[in-house]
Amino acid sequence: MPTDEGTIETLANQEYKWGFVTDIEADALPKGLNEDIVRAISKRKNEPEFMTQWRLKAYRHWLTMTEPKWPNVKYPKIDFQDVIYYSAPKAKKQLKSLDEVDPELLRTYEKLGVPLEEQKIFAGVAVDAVFDSVSVATTFKAKLAEMGVIFCSFSEAVQEHPELISKYLGSVVPYSDNFYATLNSAVFSDGSFCYVPKGVRCPMELSTYFRINAKNTGQFERTLIIADEGAYVSYLEGCTAPMRDENQLHAAVVELVALKGAQIKYSTVQNWYPGDKEGKGGIYNFVTKRGKCMDSARISWTQVETGSAITWKYPSVILQGDNSIGEFYSVALTNHMQQADTGTKMIHIGKNTRSTVVSKGISAGKGQNTYRGLIKILKNATNARNYTECDSLLLGDKCGAHTFPYIEVRNTSSKAEHEASTSKIGEDQLFYCKQRGISLEDAVNMIINGFCKEVFRELPMEFAVEAQKLLGVSLEGSVG
Amino acid sequence: MALVEIKNLEAAVGGKPILKGIDLTINPGEVHAIMGPNGSGKSTLSSVLAGRETYTVTGGSVLFDGKDLLDLSPEERACEGLFMAFQYPVEIPGVTTSYFLKAAVNAIRKHHGQDELDAMDFLKMVKEKMALLEMDKTFLNRSVNEGFSGGEKKRNEIFQMAVLNPKFAILDETDSGLDIDALKIVANGVNALRSPERAILVVTHYQRLLDYIVPDFVHVLCDGRIVKSGGKELALELEKRGYAWLETAAA
Ligand SMILES: Nc1ncnc2c1ncn2[C@@H]1O[C@H](COP(=O)(O)OP(=O)(O)OP(=O)(O)O)[C@@H](O)[C@H]1O
Ligand SMILES: [Mg+2]
Repeated sequence: MPTDEGTIETLANQEYKWGFVTDIEADALPKGLNEDIVRAISKRKNEPEFMTQWRLKAYRHWLTMTEPKWPNVKYPKIDFQDVIYYSAPKAKKQLKSLDEVDPELLRTYEKLGVPLEEQKIFAGVAVDAVFDSVSVATTFKAKLAEMGVIFCSFSEAVQEHPELISKYLGSVVPYSDNFYATLNSAVFSDGSFCYVPKGVRCPMELSTYFRINAKNTGQFERTLIIADEGAYVSYLEGCTAPMRDENQLHAAVVELVALKGAQIKYSTVQNWYPGDKEGKGGIYNFVTKRGKCMDSARISWTQVETGSAITWKYPSVILQGDNSIGEFYSVALTNHMQQADTGTKMIHIGKNTRSTVVSKGISAGKGQNTYRGLIKILKNATNARNYTECDSLLLGDKCGAHTFPYIEVRNTSSKAEHEASTSKIGEDQLFYCKQRGISLEDAVNMIINGFCKEVFRELPMEFAVEAQKLLGVSLEGSVG
Repeated sequence: MALVEIKNLEAAVGGKPILKGIDLTINPGEVHAIMGPNGSGKSTLSSVLAGRETYTVTGGSVLFDGKDLLDLSPEERACEGLFMAFQYPVEIPGVTTSYFLKAAVNAIRKHHGQDELDAMDFLKMVKEKMALLEMDKTFLNRSVNEGFSGGEKKRNEIFQMAVLNPKFAILDETDSGLDIDALKIVANGVNALRSPERAILVVTHYQRLLDYIVPDFVHVLCDGRIVKSGGKELALELEKRGYAWLETAAA
């Protein structure tokens, strides 16, 4: 009879299935960082002068900054001169359509289950795929264009819509924001761009798939999403990387702009390679994600974080406009030697603003899971409300859960509520399930699934399924 | 052939012997009641039969339907038709009762090489059983035992027994925490489940339950041993005299 601990371990030890390397020629700049590299990246991308200058400003500012030390994570010092800042799959010529994409690349995405070939797409998800640092294909572009929705790679947007880029780039996460965001501003090579015009409800889920392939490469992508007045868009982001012994740096920036009455739903299933059992290899995921809400706008971040050696991210919402709403729903799982320091910031500036935070941390193995959240209600944000719920589930006794809530309320008509709990998957619960005939594996999945329910139900259906699979959980069928 | 044959069963927890040689034979169709003072080992016996890992079997044997019960994992015992209604049912937040039960029903069906029940058939079956225990429909969509009152939890246990249709059911103090109306409903439910193929072991402190679920045999457990067995009259005698006269006999 296997012991519970043993089976939980087996479950936790499931292999990383996305760890293959694609053999593809890359056009990479030499390792290291200086002004010439920054200029070379800008030149490779044929950028207008304002972009080059913006990057240089960021680079110069970055030189004055030091790495943050406050996160509750431990890792050896990163040598920023030992990173390749630009690596692109080598393309023979400018690509006109999917048919011209390197078949090797298409096969990679097929293995990952990304529906790049439009014919095969049944769910109607438009996909932009970012391979190493370059966006390789955007599907459904034509269909979206009919409605005025722009969905393309960031580089393309710089070429085709420079006015939107210069207006909104850095408007939510300024180039000087923090060490990694500033680094990203200097060297980012691509990412996704989306603009939904006034009053348009984007008819399909938009999705970006990130993949780090090349060795020693940092991935610095930048995503900018603008929902104009009254617009709606739901955006999905997925990520994987090959298994490599070295740690790889991923320092992305995501900026969301929700204008008056607009709504943006941003969902992430992050499954970067977490490193092996001993903690060798894996992605350092240091990401800045922030959205800004104007009057009556709403931004929801939903994330399922299962990958990366270290995750360090706080998808945040600046509730600038009156009556705006910010939401954050998160499941973060850490196993083996993984570390996660994640949470959110809700900055209430406008009146009657509302925010909801639901964070579910699951720790297994020797994983360490930290929730860090800031709720800041400014003086003029009268009648603001926040509700935070922060639950931790422990599997085994070598892992840890930590909670650091920071709450600042500067007026008397506002309220912030915080609830927190920590529980262990109990021997009692498991025995109860087993006594009803349910296998230990199914019981663990069921209990974890139940624990994460409030977050999963925020995810679009296809993503919810993937997320549950990722946690080793079978989908809960609803009866009655 | 006996359905359950317990021979000289000994069990310990944390190195402390609790069961000190239990002999008990239960035939299909019979209802046995186990009574005894607090701490005498009643729940331990139930848990050992259900396969709880915190208890170590230190001696003896148990045959269940001809199989070596002690050799099976808890989930195999459940799939083979052993059911235990818990003295303290556990809450499973976020997992609906219907999902939980469907997982259990299908795990047991799978064990017997049967196809999974589809959602419609499952629902139909479950609704019948709910009627048997006069349960509110909303139970199905509530998380397993979460926020249930003590009595609702106990009723939910017997409801699950009805759904899972076991060969051998152990009811550990199912009557505690039930008001008089709920006690009647639960007892009616159990009686409806009495059948020539099924055996039931009822653990209780009170004659009250045995007025409704009339046992064929009553056994008294003291300090890990069955010190007296008899018919249903024994329970009445215990109610009058308490356990002291038997405890001295055991010592
Ligand atoms: N996990 C455990 N660790 C230590 N001692 C235990 C454990 N479980 C049971 N015991 C002890 O074993 C003895 C028998 O307990 P058990 O629960 O079987 O009694 P019971 O007859 O069911 O009592 P009650 O009528 O109060 O339900 C008690 O002395 C109890 O303290
Ligand atoms: Mg007991």
